[in-house]
Parts: sequence; structure tokens; C-alpha cells
Amino acid sequence: MIKLEHVGKTYTDGTEAVKDLTMEIKQGEFCVFLGPSGCGKTTSMKMINCLIPLTTGKIYVDGVDAVKLDQNKLRRGIGYAIQNIGLFPHRTVAENITTVPTLLKWPKQKKRKRAEELLNLVGMDSKTFIDRYPSELSGGQQQRIGVARCLGADPPILLMDEPFGAIDPITRSKLQDEFLKIQAKIKKTIAFVTHDINEAIKMGDTIALMRQGELVQYADPATLLGSPKNEFVRNFIGADRVLKGLRLLKAKDVMQEPPLTVKVGENPMQVKARMESEHLRWSMLTEDGGHFLGWITSDDLHESKSIRDVITPPTVTASPDTPLNEALSMMLNSAIGTLAILDDDNRMIGVLSFQIIRDVLGEQATNDQPEPCKEDE
Amino acid sequence: MKQYMMLAILLVAFLGVTIWMTSLGSVGIFKVTPAMKIVSATVRHLQIVAVAELLAIIVGIPIGFLSTRRAFRFVSPVLIGVANVGQTVPTLAFIGITAALLGMGYTAAVIALFVYATLPIVRNTYAGIRSVDPAVKEAAQGMGMSKWEVTSRIELPLARPIIIAGIRTSTVVNVGTAAVAGMIGAGGLGAIIMTGLAVRVMPIVIQGAAPTAALAIALDALLGGAEEWMTPRGLKVMKQAQWQQQ
Repeated sequence: MIKLEHVGKTYTDGTEAVKDLTMEIKQGEFCVFLGPSGCGKTTSMKMINCLIPLTTGKIYVDGVDAVKLDQNKLRRGIGYAIQNIGLFPHRTVAENITTVPTLLKWPKQKKRKRAEELLNLVGMDSKTFIDRYPSELSGGQQQRIGVARCLGADPPILLMDEPFGAIDPITRSKLQDEFLKIQAKIKKTIAFVTHDINEAIKMGDTIALMRQGELVQYADPATLLGSPKNEFVRNFIGADRVLKGLRLLKAKDVMQEPPLTVKVGENPMQVKARMESEHLRWSMLTEDGGHFLGWITSDDLHESKSIRDVITPPTVTASPDTPLNEALSMMLNSAIGTLAILDDDNRMIGVLSFQIIRDVLGEQATNDQPEPCKEDE
Repeated sequence: MKQYMMLAILLVAFLGVTIWMTSLGSVGIFKVTPAMKIVSATVRHLQIVAVAELLAIIVGIPIGFLSTRRAFRFVSPVLIGVANVGQTVPTLAFIGITAALLGMGYTAAVIALFVYATLPIVRNTYAGIRSVDPAVKEAAQGMGMSKWEVTSRIELPLARPIIIAGIRTSTVVNVGTAAVAGMIGAGGLGAIIMTGLAVRVMPIVIQGAAPTAALAIALDALLGGAEEWMTPRGLKVMKQAQWQQQ
């Protein structure tokens, strides 16, 4: 748990980087410091482990005044990852990962085991990579090692300064997903700095939006998107905030039962009749055991053909954990406006349609405060 | 392999020429320098270089390191400026000035060489420490390394190859400068060269010049090996990767 009380930072040249910041990050919470550059988000984060000494106020880490602790001891108990990674080029991957355990004088065996464990956790083959040097890794792999290193001695708190900043968008999104999975397992208290609103919405349990050293709004992503506190927040999250809100919902939250499922052996004409009576354009074909095979239109159904021959195989399918924004773009990309939701065993468990998403958006819009609109008057 | 071959050939050539000239016995009315005297002059030469170099390392590395610290940053432009400009002063002029200030002899020569050898060491230590990526230092500090640990575990190992390259440069230059120091009565191989020039007997000049060259080559190779040996493996891997990318 991290608590900031009236924290302020004034540099010797008189610039006030942070003004009277009071907030609390609860145990196991993923808190994102968000804001334009120069808003004081990085300064705020670095004051937590005393890399930047604070001018006024108090910071409590697990209830203890951080200033009163031995600085190096405090930092060894807090994981630290930065945008430029800063891997030690003269140390192997294992030595890099176990930097803090080395400082804490862990025995050799234990360190080796920990390095293997963490490499597996961040999705890298420990046998292949453990004795390599940072220069032998790709940018994405280096970022992974940076994350593994900040978890080195299993600290309860992590400070991360745009840890996925310096990599290409595809790798970044992959690393974000993986890190969320890791966080679901390890449940650390995290202070995470970014200027990317999408990253903040995707990663954060709470978002602290800052501007010119002041905390503007501190809320969970849904509240931030749904009821922005003022004009600045509204502008910062952008005009598409309703669309961004889709990211907060997952397919499994809103998916519906498929309207009609058809088994392989059924009679085509009977299926056609059923579809016509229910005014359905599409139905879904599944095998015994519920494995999804593809889509059927009533126009394609013909007496002389077996159902198997007329299916349209799915171009894309989604998992129950797919965020709605991704699901929406998948739907836009596929020929059929309906998306099948499959579980890990390829079993169909539901569908998403434009209608469902429109309903969700409508709900969010009504939660939103109505804005006066001049054209209507 | 090729470079070692070249090295061996050069060394053998210089030593061979020295032995040949020594075997002449006498040229006209002049006797050439006896073998024992060449050996003792070489030892003396090495001694001057070693003492000056050791002092330069002891003084140069701390000065170079301290100029990178925040507390001393106000003097570092001056220091580095002096180190750069100082190296442009020709060795002969440098030795002359020292002799004028401190008089002739061994001590003056060692002091002159020491000052001259300190410059590249200061400069390279400064450049080496400054070349360490600030992100690497920030990460080290953020994970709880003390100032001393950041220096001893991160900065110095990463700067080491550059510092040793500075020592290597200054040693090789010093072997030559020590020969010039023969002019102010410091002894060593320079004294033999001076004698030869004074009586205009070229074999005697070569008796001093060829061992000086051989010494410079040998020390350069030795310190090159040390540089290779003391470069952390990770840095070698990094350089190789950069080479392949080009």
C-alpha cells in the first residue's frame, strides 16, 4: 500500500513539478499515472522510492514514512522498471534478473532458480536465454527481461515508468496482455506511468490523471470515461471516449446465446425452413461436442448438398476475454456481422453482434451526463 | 593471427639490427656501445617509463573519475581542456620546458613523463565513465545499489576497456618520450641515441633507436592483450553484434 499526503516537489530553479498531491494506492491495485509530458507523473512515481527527494508532504510505503527508511533498503523492496530498460550490458540475462537478489546476498542456487522461474513467467525459454547477454536479445525480449528484473526479489510493490514505451505497437500490445496475465497471478501493488490513454484504460485498475503537477481526476477507467470531471479530462481522453469504454468490457460480459445451432447430420431443408420461420440470415454449424465449424446462410442450403458443403468457414473468432473494442474491429473486418465466441477447446459458447454492441454503447451514453447542444435549441 | 605475425617479424627485425650493429665492434675510430650497456640502458629506460606510468595511473584515474561527479563538474571542462590541449604540445618542447623549470636529470625526466602520461588517462577515464548509459545507472540506483555499488559494479566495469586503452596510448607514447628524455640526462636508450648523433656514427644511433622501437611494440602488444582480457564478455558480444549490423 502506498499513501501520498500533500506531496510537493519544487526544484531549485523554482519550477513546481508536483503540487499538493494526495492519493492512495491500495494493496494489489494497478494504478496508472497518466498525463501529458511535464505533468509530474514520473516525478510523482520517483518520489515513492526516493529517487527524487520530495520537498513537502509525506509518502507512506506500507504505513512507514519512506523518508525515514534506509533508501537503498527501501529501493531493494520495490521493483523498478523504466522505458529505456537500462539492462546491464556486461551482465548475463540471469545476472541482470537477479540484480536485487545479489544485493540481498541470496545463495547462488536460489538465484539461478529464481532467474529460471522469472524467465518462464515472462514467456522466455530459460535454457536458451539464461546465459545470453542483453545485446543478443531483440527489443521486445529486452523489455521482458526488464520486467523480469523488476520482479527479481519478488517485491510487493512495483514502479514502472513506461516499461512498454520503446517497442513497436504489436509487441507492446502483446507484452501488455502478458503482463496483465502475470499481474492477475502475482497481484502486486503497481504505480505505472504512461502518457498513452489507451494503455492506461487497458492496464489500470485506477487512473490518476495529472496536469501541471496537479491531480485532476483519480478514478477507475469506467468512471473516468463515463463522467470526466472537467474539460481537460474530456479533451485528454478524446472525443471517442464512448468507443474507448468498449475496452473495459469483455466478450463474455455481453455475449448472447447463438440464435440457431445446427449439427452436421441435420437435413438441409428442415434447417432452411427453421431459419426462414425465424427470419434468420445466419445460423451456426457445430459438430458433436460443440466444436464450431462455420456459418450457414439459408440461400446456400440446398436439398442435394450436405450441410458440410455449404458452410462459410469463420475468418475470425474471439475468446471470452476479448475486449469489446477488439471484438468490434474483428466484426468490421469479417464478412459476417456476427462474431463467434469460442472457449479454449474451440467450443462455441456465444455470439456477438452489432446490435449487442449498439445496446452497450447506448447504455453507456445514457450514463453520460447530457451535454447542452446548441443546434437542438 | 596476421597481426601477431607482423608483430613478431618487426620485433625480430629490430632486435636483429641491434645485435648486428653491436657485433660490428667499432666504426672507424669509434667503438660501438657494448651489449651489456645496451641491456642496462633498456632496463633504465623501462624503469623511467614504469615509474612515470604508475604515478600517472594512480593520479589520472581518480582525477578522470572525479571530474564526472556532480560535485566536481564545475572543474571538469577545465581539466578535460587541459588534458586535450596538453597532448598537443610536442614531446620535445615538453621535455625542454620541464628541464628549464626543474633542471636536468632523472627526477625531472620522470616528472615530465608522468605529467605527459596522465593526460590521456584522465581523458579516457572521463570519457569512459561518461559513456555509461544514464538509463543503466538509473536502473541500478532505482533497484537499490548504493553509490559505491553503482560505481564498482556498473560504471567501472563498463568504462574499463576505455580506461585501459588510455593507459596503453600513454605507455606507448611514453616509451618514445623517454628516449627524448635522454637529452636532459635521464639516461636510458635516449642517451645512446644522443651519443651516436653527437659523433655522427649511425650504427650507435641505431643501437639506441631500434631497441626503443622494439620496446614500444612489445608494450603495445602486451597492453592490447590486457585490454582484451579485461573487457567484460558482454561488451565484446555487443561490439560483435554492432559489427555484424554494419
